[in-house]
Order: sequence, then structure tokens, then C-alpha cells
Amino acid sequence: MKYAVIVFPGSNCDVDMYHAIKDALGEEVEYVSHTEEDLSEYDGILLPGGFSYGDYLRSGAIARFADAMSGVMKAAEEGKPILGVCNGFQVLLESGLLPGAMKRNRDLKFICRPVELKVENNETMFTSEYEKGEVITIPIAHGEGNYECDDETLKKLEDNNQIVFRYHGENPNGSKGDIAGIINERGNVLGMMPHPERAVDEILGNTDGLKLFQSILKNWRESHVYTS
Amino acid sequence: MSTRLEPTAEQIKEEKIYREMGLRDDEYERAVNMLGRLPNYTETGLFSVMWSEHCSYKTSKPVLKKFPTKGKHVLQGPGEGAGIVDIGDGQAVVFKIESHNHPSAIEPYQGAATGVGGIIRDVFSMGARPIALLNSLRFGELDNPRVKYLFEEVVAGIAGYGNCIGIPTVGGEVQFDDSYKGNPLVNAMCVGIIDHDDIQKGQAKGIGNTVMYVGAATGRDGIHGATFASEELTDESEEDRPAVQVGDPFMEKLLLEACLELVKSDALVGIQDMGAAGLTSSSSEMASKAGTGIEMNLDEVPQRELNMTPYEMMLSESQERMLIVVKKGREQEVIDLFERYGLEAKAIGKVTDDKRLRLYHKGEVVADVPVDALAEDVPVRHMPSAEPEFFKEMHAMEPKIPEVKDLQETLVKLLKQPTIASKKWVYDQYDYMVRTNTVVPPGSDAAVLRIRGTEKALAMTTDCNSRYLYLDPETGGKIAVAEAARNIVASGGEPLAITDCLNFGNPEKPEIFWQLDQATSGMSEACQALEAPVISGNVSLYNETNGTAVFPTPVVGMVGLIHHVDHITTQYFKQKGDLIYVIGETYPEFGGSELQKLVEGNYSGKAPAIDLNVEEKRQKQLLEAIQKGLVASAHDLAEGGLAVALAESLMDESGLGAEVTVDGEAVTALFSETQSRFIVTVPENQKAAFEQIVDDAKQIGTVTDDSRLVIRHSDQELLIQADVKDLADAWKGAIPCLLKSKA
Repeated sequence: MKYAVIVFPGSNCDVDMYHAIKDALGEEVEYVSHTEEDLSEYDGILLPGGFSYGDYLRSGAIARFADAMSGVMKAAEEGKPILGVCNGFQVLLESGLLPGAMKRNRDLKFICRPVELKVENNETMFTSEYEKGEVITIPIAHGEGNYECDDETLKKLEDNNQIVFRYHGENPNGSKGDIAGIINERGNVLGMMPHPERAVDEILGNTDGLKLFQSILKNWRESHVYTS
Repeated sequence: MSTRLEPTAEQIKEEKIYREMGLRDDEYERAVNMLGRLPNYTETGLFSVMWSEHCSYKTSKPVLKKFPTKGKHVLQGPGEGAGIVDIGDGQAVVFKIESHNHPSAIEPYQGAATGVGGIIRDVFSMGARPIALLNSLRFGELDNPRVKYLFEEVVAGIAGYGNCIGIPTVGGEVQFDDSYKGNPLVNAMCVGIIDHDDIQKGQAKGIGNTVMYVGAATGRDGIHGATFASEELTDESEEDRPAVQVGDPFMEKLLLEACLELVKSDALVGIQDMGAAGLTSSSSEMASKAGTGIEMNLDEVPQRELNMTPYEMMLSESQERMLIVVKKGREQEVIDLFERYGLEAKAIGKVTDDKRLRLYHKGEVVADVPVDALAEDVPVRHMPSAEPEFFKEMHAMEPKIPEVKDLQETLVKLLKQPTIASKKWVYDQYDYMVRTNTVVPPGSDAAVLRIRGTEKALAMTTDCNSRYLYLDPETGGKIAVAEAARNIVASGGEPLAITDCLNFGNPEKPEIFWQLDQATSGMSEACQALEAPVISGNVSLYNETNGTAVFPTPVVGMVGLIHHVDHITTQYFKQKGDLIYVIGETYPEFGGSELQKLVEGNYSGKAPAIDLNVEEKRQKQLLEAIQKGLVASAHDLAEGGLAVALAESLMDESGLGAEVTVDGEAVTALFSETQSRFIVTVPENQKAAFEQIVDDAKQIGTVTDDSRLVIRHSDQELLIQADVKDLADAWKGAIPCLLKSKA
């Protein structure tokens, strides 16, 4: 399986995402510039964390207009797995691939620490290797992770089982419904604030994020056995 | 010459306008003599900023000469953007620490943020990839609203810059003391990694080569920042707010990536950060180091404000700019490279053979000065030194043990002292994990980062207990270096080298110069004994508010090499049944201690003694034991002594506890700050092997699994019996609680 890590000006978790795929998962991965419109050669698209365009104006607000986003939209339509983490999640919200918006953290401070997440939906291509209700520890590192949406959207997310991860125990940032990660209706676009790519390496003391990447790979392999 | 309404050369002399720019009468005379005529307004500005203490080290040069700067692994000592030490396999580590005290006192968010930005540029201007940031901070007590504001904004500024640019902030220290109330210290350190082949120098070599300007455009911000940083702060300093620059970490991220691509190109000849004194220092230093001259057309300098004068352009400290020299004829590829990052690279001049800095503006020569006069032939000032009466008094005092009634309550109070208390409130705001190399995050003795693709890791720390220096600068200077090395060794690393940031008061006062002289002597001796040469550093003098100096604070930043990731060791107890050892004897030494501060409210007496031979022996032995896999945890004994160190070793919510027996006088045993001591745990089956290597280790107890810290006296008296949770709550809650309370 071949992955693209989209690099916007100001992305800074691109390296971490790259190594998670290459070293921890052992799959093929390339950095792809924000100027590249054609993403057709990639089987999975990863939007990394960081501060695209300095997060000036609003997190992700400028990155959504990057050339590469048209390739991301197309890949989304084709049903390819698309994972946006942290700033990548914010870009997915701004681009309309996922509903809702981000506000500054409740305490108006940047927060970096491992937090507990509950896997709410393990019937997705990103989470099938987890147990439903499993509590995992994944680091967060953001200043604007306070998810917000209207009540109607929240109800829809809940009814459709689109809330994939919720903060477990303490809600670190004030996020509505303790939401840490959501998926689109079709089930191929996942956005999450916590960083699974920071939790794939034994030496860093936490491998709880590995199953997320293994899920993507496993489901891709299975679907490609059927189709080929 | 320029027709602007600037004072004429004659007016500058007659009306002594140079004084407003920070030049003294004798310095102005020297400039006139070197030039052979009266300098015009722009030229006077060039001299004043290059001869400021901040750029020239004119006062500190004589004492800096004492530092050992060579060692078998040193590839680059002081003099370039940052120092470089070999770590084998064709790789090297690059690091430097720098102060941003004065800007942070006036505008704490931007002051701290641009301090971080500046030190990062120093490291990547060497061609290195920055991998980590550390910060050494000093504030007044947290009972004052202004101090709280400074503390919160400095931390936010560091976070704002480091998080955005994506370099993890992995460690450092925060100390609180009244002496820093009006003049906080903000020292930022950056560590980078480089392949030997990529090492760059800030030199303008090759006559006819092109001088290019890259990065952000020049504005009127930070004009005369270096001069401002070389004066004492007063109540009027607030008016200097325009001398503080504004940072743009996004711009710097682009600049960083573009420059690291550029260093792979053979079109590049030299590169230097436009830091303090901006275009002036970068151009004159690059030419002076190469034995060449530089000619620049200031009309070509990218400007973000209208009608900027040569004076303003040359003295601006706008951030995120670099000066590069590229081979003649290769300019376009450099322009194309930077354009891919959305940045402008512009040819603004060329390298000449006449060793002069010549500036053109609107077709006229507006400055023509020998580069060596600016960068090399700086007036060195030999200041008088006088041992203060205070020192003799303190030194003559008999050791006194502070009076303690309730030992357990005292331990809890010590854990709540903000200097000892958990700094989680601080480092939770720093992205300490980005780039996924941080193996030991903030909180343990040193931060540890693995080096991807190798079995090695780097340990890094900053240290300085200025209270000891206040009582005895020479001993305190030794301790600062020794403690940094202790932290590296306890983490499994071999000390490589240090970078230092000398924060002192006004050196024109003989007692202050004496402190500087004594402290650097002590540091030099310790560097020699511990084989840790000084490879880079920075001097920040005039740290005074309304005439009162801060404690002498020579911050030591140290990096150590961990030869194998298996040697990485933290301070936290690991397993029930492990044996707890203390390495080193304990004496009643409370001068400058946390207990003295808590009980007496001030500092007096002698600083703790230190024997560098003993220090060196213990560090070597402990490192050997760690490398042989005999040690489960290691922690140096610092502020608050043994009792605090034991509590700190249990603060990782592991559910473990400790049962310990001490002897001798109880307050001394628990809280003395005798130097050169460690607390170490060893699995029982390694007992014999460990004791064979480490001479001065004494077993004092065992690790338990009941989440309790129990300390008994050898006469059976129970001294402390506490739930770890209660200790942790006190330790963790202290700083958030102080910040919330209304002062």
C-alpha cells in the first residue's frame, strides 16, 4: 500500500507520519508537496499536524485552498482512506470533508500530553483492529482542538456512529461531546486531534496508535483481494 | 552623503550624540582614530551597535579567555553561530544558549518568542537540523501580579514559537527568587544534529562572490536592540518597547527548510544569521572572519516600511533573516530554491578585497568602515574587581542548621516551593514530542532524544543554582557545571561539552565584575576536571533593575552522548525490591539551600563545598555502572536534599514507595544540599557488581509497592511517613495554585 504525506508550508508532523508508515508499519510512503494536484498513484492520503501557513487567519483555513486539496477531494470521492491528524483534521473541517469547526482550547493554552481515548466505533477502516470501547492512550498537542458543531450535526454524528474517538475521563480542551475524532458518512475520511503517529514506537513508551495504521492496511488489503 | 535630516558628523561630535547611541567618549575617539575622520550618523550607529557589550563582549572578553574551549571531540569552538562536537559515525551535535532577558522584561511574549527564534537560526546557520529546545528561566516570587504576568507570557511566547516551528521543547529549568523580580532571565538553548560534510561557516570568502539577503523583509523593529540589551533596566525602560522585535515562527520554518536545502548545494560559500545588530553584524563579521570586505547596495534590501534610512536598515533587528554568500553566477538557482519555499532571496552586494564595509544608498556611499574595526578591533575593557565585604562575612560564618520542628510538614512545604515543585504547568504548553525522538520527556534529570537510524541518544540539560553563586561565585560556578554533568550522567550520558549564558549585573561595578571573574574561574576549573569544554555561549550583563543586580547566574547548558539507548536511565524508581543507594557523604550544608530560604527567608553562610576530584570519580563510576546495566534509576541530589530527591523519584504515578533509614543529625540527613551526591536504585541481584564499581555508595533502603515514603532514623525514630499521593498533590498543585491565587 502506498501512502502520501501531504506537506503544506508549516506542516511539522510530516516526518512523524512518514516514519510511522515506513518504520512502524513497513509500507511505502512519500512526501507530497501541497502544489501537487494529482494524487492518483497513492492508495492512502495522510494530512499531518503542524501549523500550515502559520495557522494565521484560522487553523487550516488557508491550507484548504492548496492545489493538493483538489487531489484529496478526488481521493475522498473514490473512497480512498484519508486520515487528517491535528492540523490535518482542521484542514478537513475547513474543506468541508468533515462537519464542524475548531475553537481554541477551553483554557486558552496549548496542551501537550498523553490523554486517554475511548474507541467508540471500531467498525471503520481506521479502527477495526481495536476493540469497541477499548481505552487507549494517545498524545495530544494543540492549541485549537475544542471541537464545535450545532446540535443537529452532533445528533447526526451520533446517530450515524460517526464519532470514532472520545476523550475518556478528563476532557482536555472543552470539545463538544468529548469528541476527539470523527469520520465522514461514507467511512473513508477520519479526522482526529490526538496524534496516533506519535504512539507507534516502543522506545517512546507507547504503541497504542499502531493499530490505527494496521487497520488501514488490513482493510485495504482485504478490499483489494476482492477487487483484483 | 545622505541628505536626510540626520545630524552631521560634526554635530555628532560637538553635541556628543554618540552617547545616546551607547558609545562612551573614549570609544568614540577610538572610532574617529580608526576611521581617520569623523564618522557620519550611519557609521556612528555601526560602531555603537558593534561595540555594544551584547555584540562585542568587550567587558567579558578577559574573563572568557579562561574557558577551556578545546577537546578531542570539539569540531567548532566559540566564534561561530554555535559550537559543534563530534558524536561519531560522521555526525556531530551543534548547540548554543543565548539570553533574551531585556526584551522579555519589557514585552515578555515576543521577547521570549524571538529569543527562541534567534537561537534556532544560530544552529541552522551552521547547516544543522535543530532537534530540541531547552529554556532556563528565572523569575521573581509568584506572589506578585507583574511576575505572574511575566511568567505566563514568557512560557506562552516560548510555546508559541517552538510549537509552531515544530522543534520540541524538551527541558530546562525555572527558578523563582526575589532577585529576578524586575529583571527576569530568559535563556534559550537549541541543539541540532549535522553530518560533518554539511558544516557551514559564516564567512564571506571569494572576492567577487555575491552577498544575498534571504528571509523576511526589514522593518523598523528592534532598532538598537543590542544597545538596549547592554544597559540597566529602569522604570523608563517601558519606553524601549519598540526595541523589542516581533517573531514569525511560520516564516522561520520556511527559512529553516530552505536553508537546510541550500547547505547541500555547492553554490553556498557562507551563511550567517542576522541576529543582534542585524545586517551590520552579519556583514562585518562574515567579512572580518574571511579577511575580506563587503559592499552592499541598501536600495536592494527588501523593506517592509517606506523611506527607511541606511541607519535604520543597518540597525534593524527584524527577525527571520539570513545573510548568505554564494558563488558568483549561481544566484539564480539560489533565488529559485528560496522561491519554492515562498521566500525571497535577493542579491544586495558582493565580496571585495579591501577589508571594508561599504554601503551605498540612492547612488551615494553612506558608510565606509574597516570591517575589522567593527568586528575584531573592539575596545576591550578591563574592569576593576573588588571582593565585597559581604563575601568575607558569609565565608566566616559557622555552619548553621535551620530550625525545623516537623520534618514531614517541612518536606511537604519544600515540595511546594515553586523552584522545586512540578513544572508540568510549564511543559504541558510545549510540544515536547514533535519529530518523535523524545525518549525521556521533561521532568527527569535530563531530557533524552534518540538519534534516529543509530543506537545512540543525546542527553541534554540546563543548570545553575544562583543562590550558591550569590554566597560564593567561584564555588557556585563549579557547582553549576558539576550539576549539569551530574544530570547528564544520571541519565546514562557521557558529558560532551557545555554552552554557557553568563547573566550578571552591571560589570562597571567592581563587586559585580568580581562575581563574573570568580564565577568563570570556578566554571573553567570544573569544565577542565569534568572534561567538558565550552563550545559556545553568550554574555548578558547589566541585568539590574533600578540599581539592584540579579543573583550571578551563569547558566550551563550541557549535552551528553548516550552510547546505546539501553543506557538511558531516568530518576524514577522502577521495581519493588530494588535497593536504594546514596552515593556520597552528607554534611550540614545549608548556605543557599531551599530549607534555608523556607525557614529563614534569606540566604547566608557558605555555599556547599565541592571537590572536583571526588565529583569526577563519582560521575565516572556511576556512568560505568549504568553502562554495565546495573542501575535501575539514578537521580542527582539537588535543591531540598535527600528527602526531596526520594519524593521526586516516586512522582511518576507508578504506585511504588520507599523505605529508607538514615543516620546522623536528622535535618542534615534529610535536607542538606551537600554536593556530588546521587540517589540510585539497583536490582538486588546486581548488588555485588554495583558495589564493586561505585566506591562511595551506601545502601539506605529498598523500593516498596505501597505508595508510601517512609524514612526512619537508625535509632528507630520514625522521621517521615507519607502517602506518595499527598506528596504528589502538594508538588503538582503548587504552581497552578500560586498562579490562581490573588496576589
